[in-house]
Amino acid sequence: MAQKTNPIWGWHKKVLEKNSIMLTAGVLMVVSIGGLVEIAPLFYLDETIEEVEGVRPYAPLALMGRDIYIREGCYTCHSQMIRPLRDEVERYGHYSLAAESMYDHPFQWGSKRTGPDLARVGGKYSDEWHRDHMRDPRSVVPESIMPPYAFLETTPLEIDTVEGRMRALLRVGVPYDEHDRMEHAVSDVHTQLDPYASDYDAFLERYPGAPIRDFDGDPDMVSELDALIAYLQVLGTMVDFSTYEAEADENLR
Amino acid sequence: MTALAADKRTGFDANAMVVTGLCAVGALWALISAADGADAAMRTHAWVIGSGFLLGLIGMVGVYSSNGVLNDKTQYAENVIKYGVIASMFWAIAGLLVGVIIATQLAFPALMSWDALPQVNFGRLRPVHTSAVIFAFGGNVLIATSFYVVQRTCRTRLAGGIWPWFVFWGYQLFIVVAATGYLLGITQGREYAEPEWYADLWLTLVWVAYLVIFLATLMKRKEPHIYVANWFYLAFIVTIAMLHVINNLAMPVSMFGSRSFSLFAGVQDALTQWWYGHNAVGFFLTAGFLGIMYYFIPKRAERPVFSYRLSIIHFWALIFIYIWAGPHHLHYTALPEWAQTLGMTFSVILWMPSWGGMINGLMTLSGAWDKLRTDPVIRMLVVSVAFYGMSTFEGPVMAVRAVNSLSHYTDWTIGHVHSGALGWVGFISFGALYCLVPWLWKRKGMYSRALIEWHFWIATLGILLYITSMWVSGIMQGLMWRAYNELGFLEYSFVETVEAMHPYYNIRALGGLMYLAGALLMAWNVYKTIKGDVHETQDEVQPQSAAISPAE
Repeated sequence: MAQKTNPIWGWHKKVLEKNSIMLTAGVLMVVSIGGLVEIAPLFYLDETIEEVEGVRPYAPLALMGRDIYIREGCYTCHSQMIRPLRDEVERYGHYSLAAESMYDHPFQWGSKRTGPDLARVGGKYSDEWHRDHMRDPRSVVPESIMPPYAFLETTPLEIDTVEGRMRALLRVGVPYDEHDRMEHAVSDVHTQLDPYASDYDAFLERYPGAPIRDFDGDPDMVSELDALIAYLQVLGTMVDFSTYEAEADENLR
Repeated sequence: MTALAADKRTGFDANAMVVTGLCAVGALWALISAADGADAAMRTHAWVIGSGFLLGLIGMVGVYSSNGVLNDKTQYAENVIKYGVIASMFWAIAGLLVGVIIATQLAFPALMSWDALPQVNFGRLRPVHTSAVIFAFGGNVLIATSFYVVQRTCRTRLAGGIWPWFVFWGYQLFIVVAATGYLLGITQGREYAEPEWYADLWLTLVWVAYLVIFLATLMKRKEPHIYVANWFYLAFIVTIAMLHVINNLAMPVSMFGSRSFSLFAGVQDALTQWWYGHNAVGFFLTAGFLGIMYYFIPKRAERPVFSYRLSIIHFWALIFIYIWAGPHHLHYTALPEWAQTLGMTFSVILWMPSWGGMINGLMTLSGAWDKLRTDPVIRMLVVSVAFYGMSTFEGPVMAVRAVNSLSHYTDWTIGHVHSGALGWVGFISFGALYCLVPWLWKRKGMYSRALIEWHFWIATLGILLYITSMWVSGIMQGLMWRAYNELGFLEYSFVETVEAMHPYYNIRALGGLMYLAGALLMAWNVYKTIKGDVHETQDEVQPQSAAISPAE
């Protein structure tokens, strides 16, 4: 039975199984390849994120709301990624574009729909509905299995942290340095809650299309509920899909 | 006499001083954060972290007063593994219990949520459950078994003196910091990578120490070759280090604040995260536990590994291919299609090396199949490999885009994960622990074989209830979402599909409860064994001496 064996077995036995550093280096090399080929190109291929008009950084109040969304683990039950499938587009709206989450550090696409997708929930329900829903979800949707978030409307928003959050996001590439956004970080929280604010027009120049009103119905306090509803009401509304053409030349690459 | 005794201890050496220094720096950081942290959550969390480091410092005083830690070169290090076994058991119960709680929250939402306790809402508890079972239970099992296996297969004492203790306690601290953080709302908001930047930084330190200990032990081995189980452990440790560091690159708001923002956004963040997420499955929950399989099944069955060449082929194929599979979590999303296609293709190919491992594990039983009938521990180990085979077939199926369009976002994914987690990871861990307890505490066997039988059957039935209910609810919900009526409108509103899930959520909670009950039986059995109540037992094991015998 003197069959000639492939030298690779001998090499494996003599080198890799005898030298732990060679084995470690071999493992590291083999496990690096997949990530390098799949992930690295996403950072320099232009067509990864097609440019779309309207996508802008979150206004400070909505940004605080987004951090509450993350804090409460909303992503464990709600996705923010509408797939280009007929039923999803009819149920939730236009499929999600890559550009719509280009300022989302981290992304909140989610992986499970215990509750419905929220990528385009903005403008779908009134602020009053959201208030009731957060207080007691089953008061507006009797079959809902969502927990209540009544404490949000009685918890004051940590406004003094907004500037730090925006600065950190600026460092990772969110353009908060444009249009004097940083300078107005704290005042913009108050401006967005007050339809009669003196800074109304300048605010809208900084954050075009942002809804301006008292979201939780209590003008005496800036609550966490204000921030969360401000975030939910802007979700999926930045791109104007009445003018966006998916089939246009620049979007077919 | 005293000289000899001193010889067997490390003394309070430079290593111990470095560990003390780390604890002191940690405690100081926590003190500043508690007093002047950038946000309220940080100022609260810092007390937990500070207490951890304070306990560490007290522990170091203990090390100092007893002249270092044990370091007898003629004996295997077993104390740190004993701690690991107990910690594994503790975190198994804790993680499974939280799992049952959140399953009940989904089944009975009004009953199981409280206005005054937002800390225990589903959204905050869910990461507590996933981290507790994966990282706390799974991680402790991996660290404990790898420390055991690497010593025995290298015929040498664990390297590093005090460092294995640093790894053990440092890892527990990481878990406690991560879990208490979630309850306080401190999270990065990325699945399975929820711990915030300071917890991540601490874990990096612990993990590097773990890698160095493992490598240093391999290097001083008395055996000519590195045993196959150690290849898998090594691949697990090295790759998890790479994934953890890259995926958690983030910009903290403040050096003394709880919040940070991922360096990446949107599409890039999504793929980096699922490259990490899927390979947490591939390397933490697969490669590491294959290391367990390659030691404990041959050892318990007293049979050699089925095929040496198969182990080489499936090892390298598995670690090469797994890394590519991440994009299957992002089918039909805004991720470029080429990446989705690559992810799908490699996921399907991955079926083969996965089954290579399964075949190698199962066929090791050749000539010892009768033990399936007589030894419940062998049965547990073998059934775990069978579950591994099943879920590594189901995975590639679900990674096909057409199937994924139905299964994604539904409970089918949850069922799939749990057939792997409860069936494969859980059972192989329990099997290994049932071996380790009598080996480490030098008992004849486990206190009661009947209790192991009960554990096996209750848990197996629990898994079946769990995964079958999730198949039904997942596929049903997927079909309801895409159902149209004869007029061409969507047949069901979203909440109608939620309502339809209720019976299956009940069955799932019951399945989880049974699995937890099995683990509780095990904990009792382990307790009685350690306590020394083993007199008459039908579970007899080969004694494993702590003395290092010279290589033959």
